[in-house]
Amino acid sequence: MSDNALRADFEIIAEWIKPNQQVLDLGCGQGQLLHHLMKTKNIKGYGLEIEEDAITECIKKGINVVQQNLDEGLDNFEDNSVDTIIMTQALQAVRRPDELLDEMLRVGNEAIITFPNFGHWTCRSYLMFKGRMPMSDTLPFSWYDTPNIHLCTFKDFEALCYDKDIKVISRTVVDNDLKDNWAIRLWPNLLGQVAIYHITKR
Amino acid sequence: MPTQIPNNSVGIVEPKIYHFNEPLKLRSEQVLDNYQLMVETYGTLNKEASNAVLICHALSGDHHAAGYHTPDDKKPGWWDSAIGPGKPIDTNKFFVVSLNNLGGCSGSTGPTSTNPDTGKPYGSDFPIVCVRDWVHSQARLADELGIQKWAAVIGGSLGGMQALRWSIQYPERIGHCVIIASAPKLTTQNIAFNEVARQAIIKDPEFHEGHYMAADTIPKGGLTQARMLGHITYLSDDGMALKFGRDLKAGKLNFNFDSEFEIESYLRYQGERFSNQFDANTYLLMTKALDYFDPAAAFDNDLSKCFESAQCKFMVMSFSSDWRFSPKRSEEIVNALMDADKDVSYAEIESDKGHDAFLLPIPRYMQIFDAFMHQVASNSGLNEGDSL
Repeated sequence: MSDNALRADFEIIAEWIKPNQQVLDLGCGQGQLLHHLMKTKNIKGYGLEIEEDAITECIKKGINVVQQNLDEGLDNFEDNSVDTIIMTQALQAVRRPDELLDEMLRVGNEAIITFPNFGHWTCRSYLMFKGRMPMSDTLPFSWYDTPNIHLCTFKDFEALCYDKDIKVISRTVVDNDLKDNWAIRLWPNLLGQVAIYHITKR
Repeated sequence: MPTQIPNNSVGIVEPKIYHFNEPLKLRSEQVLDNYQLMVETYGTLNKEASNAVLICHALSGDHHAAGYHTPDDKKPGWWDSAIGPGKPIDTNKFFVVSLNNLGGCSGSTGPTSTNPDTGKPYGSDFPIVCVRDWVHSQARLADELGIQKWAAVIGGSLGGMQALRWSIQYPERIGHCVIIASAPKLTTQNIAFNEVARQAIIKDPEFHEGHYMAADTIPKGGLTQARMLGHITYLSDDGMALKFGRDLKAGKLNFNFDSEFEIESYLRYQGERFSNQFDANTYLLMTKALDYFDPAAAFDNDLSKCFESAQCKFMVMSFSSDWRFSPKRSEEIVNALMDADKDVSYAEIESDKGHDAFLLPIPRYMQIFDAFMHQVASNSGLNEGDSL
């Protein structure tokens, strides 16, 4: 992702974060988002990450980062101990997204989640015409080595939220440049590439 | 000897003795009327005294953490891999203070020192000193050196316990706390290992109830066994297998009780060497300090409550194959710190070197250590060009 795209992504998320909140960023990568939120919203918080070099980068930036495997849950956090839990582009890579979602809303009062849309028309047509698992800039892996083991469409995710009685506070659907337009708003599941959901317990 | 002292070494260093005449009341209620500490320093204290870093040693460590005492020394100080110009604890930036703890046997007052009341070595009459007592004595050393606040206090294993203790005992005097391969308290199993080591020493006929020096002998056999046992627990199963396997010294079985396997010979050598240079009473005392350490006990056994008064930023590191101070124990510290809303980062370093890994220059370990120390320098206003 380019810097511009990163900033656009952050802006949308930052709008939903209140100043001085306690934030937990699951799969925080090199800590760009936390760094942005620390600067602009004066948040306090921790990033959880498992990738070695990313952890080093976070420490270089002075970000609180804790090495933790999200597949092992969030047992070490108490109920409602965090204002907002964020997970960007990692839901599809965990072993049990449904269980992690439960965990997120147990620990956090609210959660913000972004993930790629497998229902985007390019994915649909790739499978339709090539007969093979879709690959793209956002999903560059082969079926056998992809970390994205639980891809879903926006509709799938919303169905899960409905089943779990999760309330969607707001939803923004954007293209890969993290811009939206009238067509995406009209046919999000077909034209949106990345979804940003703000959810809470009902 | 090193053919040439490496460029990234602090070079030739000289320890210095500091005398303290103000009585030190210990956790055991006993009082040390006066005592001395053996200290080494590396780098230069800046005029604001804002670049000081304290190194806390582990069970068998001492003040000689880096550099060489003479050009003929075979080995540098025990943590030379991490301390020196351009190393994580960069002596171009930091003024590094390393001391032999009270009760030690490398020049600070301890069981081998002369008891002023009797004119003979203290032996087992030397009071048991605890982690908090060491921290107290280290704070007095800081006063003596003109250091109001440490940029960082750093330690591995028992040294990590001292760093942890610093964060709550003198919260306003420590900017950063680095806790490596440590634990908030020992496990039952860990205390059990210590007890076997102690019994090996105490049951040695040459122990003389701790007054072996007066009897002009040392409990060499007991101390050797204690160290052999300890050494096993500092290595990992895989690491040991990789290094020694089932290799035989003579290449064949001899059907006797001499050391036949390479591992036997290695342990005997390590135990023997250690018993010639370390004091048995100090070993007993250090293992007790480990066993007694449990700072949460005074806070309803609530570790996060124990950390409430801490003000510093924390870095916690563990090693995957360390079973004496396992990653789980470090995670207890990290979780309590997060629960208490303290600044903390944590990394588990992949290594097959067991507990001893914390003394080795493992690349990822050094990278993370370096990244954090860069933050320490930055937060302490030491990096040129960095804004606070």
